[in-house]
Amino acid sequence: MEPYLPVIWAGVIVVAVAMYVILDGFDLGIALLFPTTSDEAERDQMMNSVAPFWDGNETWLVLGGGGLWVAFPLAYSIIMPAFYLPVIAMLLGLVFRGVAFEFRWVAKPSHLPWDIAFFAGSLVAAFCQGVILGGLVEGVAVANGAFAGGPFDWASPFALMCGCAVTTGYALLGATFLVMKTEGRIADHARQIAKRLIIAVLVFMAAVSLWTALSSERIAERWFSLPNLVWLAPVPLVTALVGFGVWRSLERGGEMAPFAGTIALFLLGLLGLAISSYPFIVPPSVTLYDAAAVPASQMFSLIGAMITLPMVLAYTVFVYWTFRGKMRPGQGYH
Amino acid sequence: MELDGLLLARVQMALTLAFHILFPAFTIGLSAYIAVLLALWLRTGRDVYESLARFWTKVFAVSFAMGVVSGIVLSYQFGTNWSRFSVAVGNVVAPLIGYEVLTAFFLEATFLGIMLFGWNRVPPRLILVAASLVALGTAISAFWILSANSWMHYPTGHEVRDGIAYPVDWLKVVFSPTFPLRFAHMLTAAYLTTAFVVVATGARHLLAGRHVEAARIMVKMGVGMIAIVAPLQLVIGDHHGLDTAEYQPAKLAAMEGHWDGSKAAPLVLFGIPNAAAERNDYEVAIPNLGGLIIAHEWGGRYPGLKEFEPKDRPPVLMPFFAFRLMVGIGVVMIAAGLVGAWLMARRRLFEARWYLVWQSWMWPSGFLAILAGWTVTEVGRQPWVVTGILRTADATSPVVAESIAGTLAAFFVIYAVVFGIGIFYVNRLLVRGPTPGTTAAAEEPLTNRPIAAALPGGRDAIDAREGQP
Repeated sequence: MEPYLPVIWAGVIVVAVAMYVILDGFDLGIALLFPTTSDEAERDQMMNSVAPFWDGNETWLVLGGGGLWVAFPLAYSIIMPAFYLPVIAMLLGLVFRGVAFEFRWVAKPSHLPWDIAFFAGSLVAAFCQGVILGGLVEGVAVANGAFAGGPFDWASPFALMCGCAVTTGYALLGATFLVMKTEGRIADHARQIAKRLIIAVLVFMAAVSLWTALSSERIAERWFSLPNLVWLAPVPLVTALVGFGVWRSLERGGEMAPFAGTIALFLLGLLGLAISSYPFIVPPSVTLYDAAAVPASQMFSLIGAMITLPMVLAYTVFVYWTFRGKMRPGQGYH
Repeated sequence: MELDGLLLARVQMALTLAFHILFPAFTIGLSAYIAVLLALWLRTGRDVYESLARFWTKVFAVSFAMGVVSGIVLSYQFGTNWSRFSVAVGNVVAPLIGYEVLTAFFLEATFLGIMLFGWNRVPPRLILVAASLVALGTAISAFWILSANSWMHYPTGHEVRDGIAYPVDWLKVVFSPTFPLRFAHMLTAAYLTTAFVVVATGARHLLAGRHVEAARIMVKMGVGMIAIVAPLQLVIGDHHGLDTAEYQPAKLAAMEGHWDGSKAAPLVLFGIPNAAAERNDYEVAIPNLGGLIIAHEWGGRYPGLKEFEPKDRPPVLMPFFAFRLMVGIGVVMIAAGLVGAWLMARRRLFEARWYLVWQSWMWPSGFLAILAGWTVTEVGRQPWVVTGILRTADATSPVVAESIAGTLAAFFVIYAVVFGIGIFYVNRLLVRGPTPGTTAAAEEPLTNRPIAAALPGGRDAIDAREGQP
């Protein structure tokens, strides 16, 4: 079992990141849509649609970061200093987002500053997450097992584009969540926005894919050498099909399908990045195996994860089920 | 001027920790109190318990949210500011934090949704279950974080190869020798902190003649808790001190301002430790009493600071004064509990205005004592971040000092503004007090936005104040 531990742990972290991106993605995304309406009731409804969930959603981020430290301490110790400024900016963005959830209602009727904090905090958090992801795919300067670059190494055009891509993707998740979870004007409004966002997201996905493949020989070889080309060709093809499906479903009045399709797009995107980066956890020099904690530590934590994660998933489902159904205009969870 | 990255990183950590600890310290106790109130409501059917539970749930929601956002920062700061720490002891400490996330954070965060927003969606019994699980989650969280912290103070169950710690015996890692009492000390401190806030809130309403029935329950329950727990904390604290004497003698010497271990130890009541001269200036001390307290023997001795090399000595000033502040607050807390119990026994608790006025000002006592206590223990561990394994100076990240300075400034401003406003809103809620009865609660159910409830409360309070001549 020991040789597989790093791979199993990489799987756990990918699941945590995927859960985070999807779950917190839609509530960050809803905040990103705040500027598209100035109607107070609509904004109330948007916020109410995620109020019972956001805290649990954000916990997956702690598991992602904590899990990285648990299973790959070396990777954690390189990535955090390498992305020092975007990580701290993201955390502070999340502080504003988290408290704005509460403060906005107190400040009424002069709640505009907290609307801005809710939107801006989410924007900063989403953008920084994309930058960190992009910067990581692009590679980190490492010497003697520690980060060996400067404070702004992450600020490359590619990473900044990834920041925009992730932000757009979260906005799409938020819009399709609203399509699913609300009715009336707000749902129609979200549907119109989602139709534009899906096109932008597909353009970004194509751009990120081509850019990584063209700028890195290692990644190009991963995708275009034979027989990989045959095995991996379905990933971009399925992505294109799903993207088209989301757009069509939005046109035809689908309610659940656009959100489900957007989740699939995110999962495919993560899969693509994982294929590009494997076996590196900190490209281009530190592999999963280099960075792994000792087997005794990975095993100890894995036992806990195997017991608790199914329970976590079960009660997460229970809470979502408790608050199931459509939110109607003016109706909160009162 | 050259920026000192180590100092900036330490100040940043101290700032983010100090802000964060205030919220869990309060919510650990408060979640348990809410669960008790809900249980009492379901058992007795009395409306006042329901309105009290709902009232404190609103306060809890606001405090918990601030605890969450300030806690997420910490989970990443191990890596951003202390990356060499996260490599050197990651094999041992990180799994403890991992267990905290898996067993506590998800439990708290998920069931919080039901506890706050479930009132019209699930039966009351399930609200009680959710509140109990949240309370359990906060205590489990304390368990793991104190376990990790205790290991850093006195590591056991590991071996060190090439400066990296490896686990050998997980039981010894999780239950390192200073852990049981440290955990008991912190948990008790959290419950005490909450009890003082509850009593102060009840006392204020009683003094103002508002919400009398609910306020009496708050004062009575809180005073009962304090009367039992505050003296208990003295016993736990004393034993925890004995642990420190055994496992961290240098820290104990700093706390006591004890320099010369070759003589019977006095109890230093006051003085200004002078590290350069290796003595206390303006010392007021009781001969032999220090030895009696630490060694439990008249004329007892224990090592003084001079017996440790200067490079292994903790700073003396902060642990020395913070320890005295903590103990002083503890003594006042015990007095509050005993006097309250005596008044209660004589059935004069609600009439003794002087006592209520005193208690109405005691709400910050627990927070101050906790901040002081953590200062003692964390500064007292210096110069080590993990005793004997890694010095704080060797634990930093390869990040330029300018970056740390910039983020420190951002933390300072943002925390001061955001949490300052948050604490202001909590106070508004407390001033408003519980909404009476279930009928009123049915018409104005627990808002799904906990802080939103502060708005009318705050307005009422302001109106009431302005209305007064």
